[in-house]
Amino acid sequence: MSALRELYQQVILDHNKNPKNFRVMQDATGSIEGYNPLCGDHYTVYVRMEGEVIADISFTGSGCAISKASASVMSSFLKGMTRGEAESTFRDFHGLVTGMTAPGEAVERLGKLAAFAGVSEFPARVKCASLPWHTLHAVLEGASRPISTE
Amino acid sequence: MQTTTAQRNQELLERFEAIRGCRHHFPLLRQRVNGKPLVYFDNAATSQKPQVVIDATLRYYEEENSNIHRGVHYLSERATQAYEGVRVKVQHLLNAAHQREIIFVRGTTEGINLVAYSYGRTAVKAGDEVLISAMEHHSNIVPWQILCEQKGAALRVIPINDRGEIELGEYEKLLTPRTKIVALVHVSNALGTINPVKTMVAMAHAHGIPVLLDGAQAVPHMKVDVRDLGCDFYVFSAHKAFGPTGVGVLYGVTKLLDAMPPYQSGGDMIKSVTFEKTIYNDLPHKFEAGTPNIGGGIGMGAAIDYINEIDLASVGEFEQELLSYATMGVADIPGLKIIGTARQKASVLSFVIDGIHPHDIGTILDDEGIAIRTGHHCAQPVMQRFGVPATARASFAFYNTKEEIDVFLAALHRVREILG
Repeated sequence: MSALRELYQQVILDHNKNPKNFRVMQDATGSIEGYNPLCGDHYTVYVRMEGEVIADISFTGSGCAISKASASVMSSFLKGMTRGEAESTFRDFHGLVTGMTAPGEAVERLGKLAAFAGVSEFPARVKCASLPWHTLHAVLEGASRPISTE
Repeated sequence: MQTTTAQRNQELLERFEAIRGCRHHFPLLRQRVNGKPLVYFDNAATSQKPQVVIDATLRYYEEENSNIHRGVHYLSERATQAYEGVRVKVQHLLNAAHQREIIFVRGTTEGINLVAYSYGRTAVKAGDEVLISAMEHHSNIVPWQILCEQKGAALRVIPINDRGEIELGEYEKLLTPRTKIVALVHVSNALGTINPVKTMVAMAHAHGIPVLLDGAQAVPHMKVDVRDLGCDFYVFSAHKAFGPTGVGVLYGVTKLLDAMPPYQSGGDMIKSVTFEKTIYNDLPHKFEAGTPNIGGGIGMGAAIDYINEIDLASVGEFEQELLSYATMGVADIPGLKIIGTARQKASVLSFVIDGIHPHDIGTILDDEGIAIRTGHHCAQPVMQRFGVPATARASFAFYNTKEEIDVFLAALHRVREILG
């Protein structure tokens, strides 16, 4: 498979077309905006925590296929996880898209998120894949100001 | 009559053939990217460099490198002559009245900053206004914004219509006794619009208001005559006009430059220094503190020689051919919308495709060896004006070909295939 097909895998294309959890959350316990000023990607990530558990997670906004699919897959994957599990998944995911973690190694732990392994071949697109995650991280940290990738 | 038309067509074909022959002057264009022949359509970001520019820069470092305006030794004399010779070349390129009106700077951005800082801080007071247009590059917005903030002045913006053209009626209304300078882009980097700058300068001058023109996107595509345009300041960068990065030009009329205080200070810009008082140097050196980018300046000189050889009028016509060929071609791409449809337009094709983000377009085109720019093009207010977060932009130079545009169009169809 070419690097381009590796990047735009069916999972990513599907989530881009029909994103999961793409909605405003009225009863969120935390939410924050994240944007990439270079390309205009702009998302809000909403979280409803029940104690240490992410009971619900959703997002709104717009951007490229990679960032939107990333937000969608992230939201499905993390629902029901604890804060600690979510942060550790972010570290694994970051390792995957920056090429620091071998895809084979990550597949077991990352499941569907492994579809983003192809991003590591496109350094300019790493920020697209990681923007929703950085935004989520800021929500979990209780940050109050929008975050930016630059 | 028929013969005349046929002759004219023949003559045009010959001129276009001569332009096509120039492509081999640009060694970088011979490479392959991702296994495909490079198609370089990011000329509005920076142009490629002809061999003569690369050679001149290399030769300077191999044979002439020395600091200028200082030594009495052979090399310093030679470097000074070569560097000052470029000032004369720029003077002729722009048809400026005097050599001293050509100030070497790092590029367009520094040129505008110099004027905003030096002219702006003396001429603009609380309650005054600075007038720019809605299609400016950030480099012609932010320096004026900072100036206005510091002085308690107001930044006013000339609106543009849906084609991306200046609303001249609104412009006239915005010219008031409070307006202290008009700063305007000659050719828009994001939309391609060629502004009617000569008319706009005359309109401002009728109110006694000086005008700065940002010529970054104009100089590589058309003959610029600052005295014909009548502008007070004109700025451009060498790197968009086939020269090296890190060097550019501020043209200013003597009367204004003479009255302006220095921008940066240090060596070269002084006549004499004591701890009590410094006497500033004459124009243009008053604005050129420190050792300049000598190698870059000499490369710029070679780029100007090159421009003089290729006949800018034919280049402009040829690029219009490329633009209309591409504009017609993209009409077949479902959901594609061109941003910037001015009647007077340079070879810039900015566009969006329904449901597909420009970055995804950029990545897929790159896979086909095609370099375009995606993003906000350092013109976020333009993006806001047209209600898009970003655009994809193909910008053509005379060394591009219709065959390359065919490759580009096929790749856009592929974008649709992949992303639906």
